[in-house]
Amino acid sequence: MGTISLKNVRKSFGDATIIPNANLEIGNGEFIVFVGPSGCGKSTLLRLIAGLEDLTSGVIEIDGRDVTAAAPSERGLAMVFQSYALYPHMSVRNNIAFGLKMAGVPKAEIDEKVAKAAATLNLTEYLDRKPRQLSGGQRQRVAIGRAIVRQPKAFLFDEPLSNLDAALRVNMRVFIMQLHKDLGSTMIYVTHDQVEAMTMADRIVVLNRGNIEQVGSPLELYNNPDSLFVAGFIGSPKMNFVTGAEAGRHKAHTIGIRPEHIEIASGAGAWTGRIALAEHLGADSFLHVDTPAAGRLVVRAPGDFRGKDGDGISLKPDLNRLHRFDEQGKVIR
Amino acid sequence: MARAVSTRRKWFFTILAWSVAFVIFFPILWTVLTSFKSEGDAILIPPKFLFFDWTTENYGIVQERSDYFKFAMNSVVLALGSTFLALLIAIPSAWGMAFAPGRKTKDLLMWMLSTKMMPPVGALIPIYLIFRDFGLLDSRGGIITVLMLLNLPIIIWMLYTYFKEIPAEILEASRMDGATVWKELVYVLTPMAVPGIASTVLLNVILAWNEAFWTLALTTKDAAPLTQFIASYSSPEGLFWAKLSAASTMAIAPILVLGWFAQKQLVRGLTFGAVK
Repeated sequence: MGTISLKNVRKSFGDATIIPNANLEIGNGEFIVFVGPSGCGKSTLLRLIAGLEDLTSGVIEIDGRDVTAAAPSERGLAMVFQSYALYPHMSVRNNIAFGLKMAGVPKAEIDEKVAKAAATLNLTEYLDRKPRQLSGGQRQRVAIGRAIVRQPKAFLFDEPLSNLDAALRVNMRVFIMQLHKDLGSTMIYVTHDQVEAMTMADRIVVLNRGNIEQVGSPLELYNNPDSLFVAGFIGSPKMNFVTGAEAGRHKAHTIGIRPEHIEIASGAGAWTGRIALAEHLGADSFLHVDTPAAGRLVVRAPGDFRGKDGDGISLKPDLNRLHRFDEQGKVIR
Repeated sequence: MARAVSTRRKWFFTILAWSVAFVIFFPILWTVLTSFKSEGDAILIPPKFLFFDWTTENYGIVQERSDYFKFAMNSVVLALGSTFLALLIAIPSAWGMAFAPGRKTKDLLMWMLSTKMMPPVGALIPIYLIFRDFGLLDSRGGIITVLMLLNLPIIIWMLYTYFKEIPAEILEASRMDGATVWKELVYVLTPMAVPGIASTVLLNVILAWNEAFWTLALTTKDAAPLTQFIASYSSPEGLFWAKLSAASTMAIAPILVLGWFAQKQLVRGLTFGAVK
């Protein structure tokens, strides 16, 4: 089991309030991603769940039990840190076994579990090495191994991939998703990378200045963002925002349209402009277009698009996928 | 040209450094030399530097007249005992201040350091009276306690500085792994801090070994360490320079050897916090 619920959780450090009031229900086996820009309180929220920080007020329950005052060791959670936080003086074997040893598990059982975890993680031949003798990816796997042997109620990941290079990051992302599928445990994953959030999550929790802006599945957030903040944060490249007279025509303070929802019209479109620059990614090209009516817009074009910088172009937004926002940045439905 | 200047500068500073080192080391050298002289040669003016009749008779007489090993044993027990006792208190304290600091932690550290600024003689009478009334005079337990309290601020400061260099996330990881505070200290923090703890221990063993004010004031016979052994050769028994020197040499020899072998750790200890 692994349900977690946050009720009116508040956290301040002195005069600074990091989390004003957070409410969240996490179901058993869910993969939840906390996402937001740096300083939005996502790591703090994770550390509150872990018990590494004390709540200022509110209640945290795990499997229905109030753990607000419980020590981290009593919560039955495992955490993977951004810096890996391996024990530098212990071998890989002892790093993985440490939690079991603390729990007083018999030696034979520890050996068996460590061997099994090491096999899953391709660490068998490194068991007697020290962390400093391992590469970044291997250290990361040890950190995950340390978490899985304990069979926790839930896994907490604090930006676990941000210290890895791009190729390894993609591999580990898939690995963690597979792990979630195999174990079926609740996982909470903190990242500032919206691609990780979109690809991994069952549900994404978008945080902004300590507030939970919106909770929903990746596609819900992509299709129906509640606010300008969520609309701008989810999706890559970013949604285009247009204010002023053009927005007024749609009875909104701001309108938003994603690059992939703007078509290049062969005849006359809603907007005309000139290509300022183009990014060619192979499969797609992203054109930055200066339009007199809507300002600079990013538009997705096919990879074989042949337009050159300075060419005139006419654009046709998909009006069904236009997002309208009021002055407070809230969506108008 | 530039090279010539820099070579000259190098020579200059090398010679200067050796000269300063020699001046600092000279009293020890002179003590050792004097210990091998006859009493006559020892007070000779002008003194003979190296060309005198070398003799080891002083060492024999000193050992005969007073039991060196009993004093040395006391020194070992006091130095190690007080340092060990201090560690038991200092490790948890430094852990608390390094990883769970409160608003007053900095003030607390300063206050502890300030106790070292007080002249010890200011506390002599009350402590002497307490020792007398509790029957602690000339007891190893009593003097160990005093030496421990004396060095505790320095030990806590040193450990605090070392602990600050350990990433807090590793300790948090152990907490997530289910370690209690005690297990976190024993299995995670202490092993990681071994180099720091080692240099702290070394420095404080040396400080405790050399401590003379309190050991002279509070011990007479049973708990008397080597400081008493040296002191017993000063004026009351007449000025026997050669024997006094032999006694001093015997008293400082163990710590000199220890210091020599532990140079690296000690330099780290003495300049702690200077370089990250």
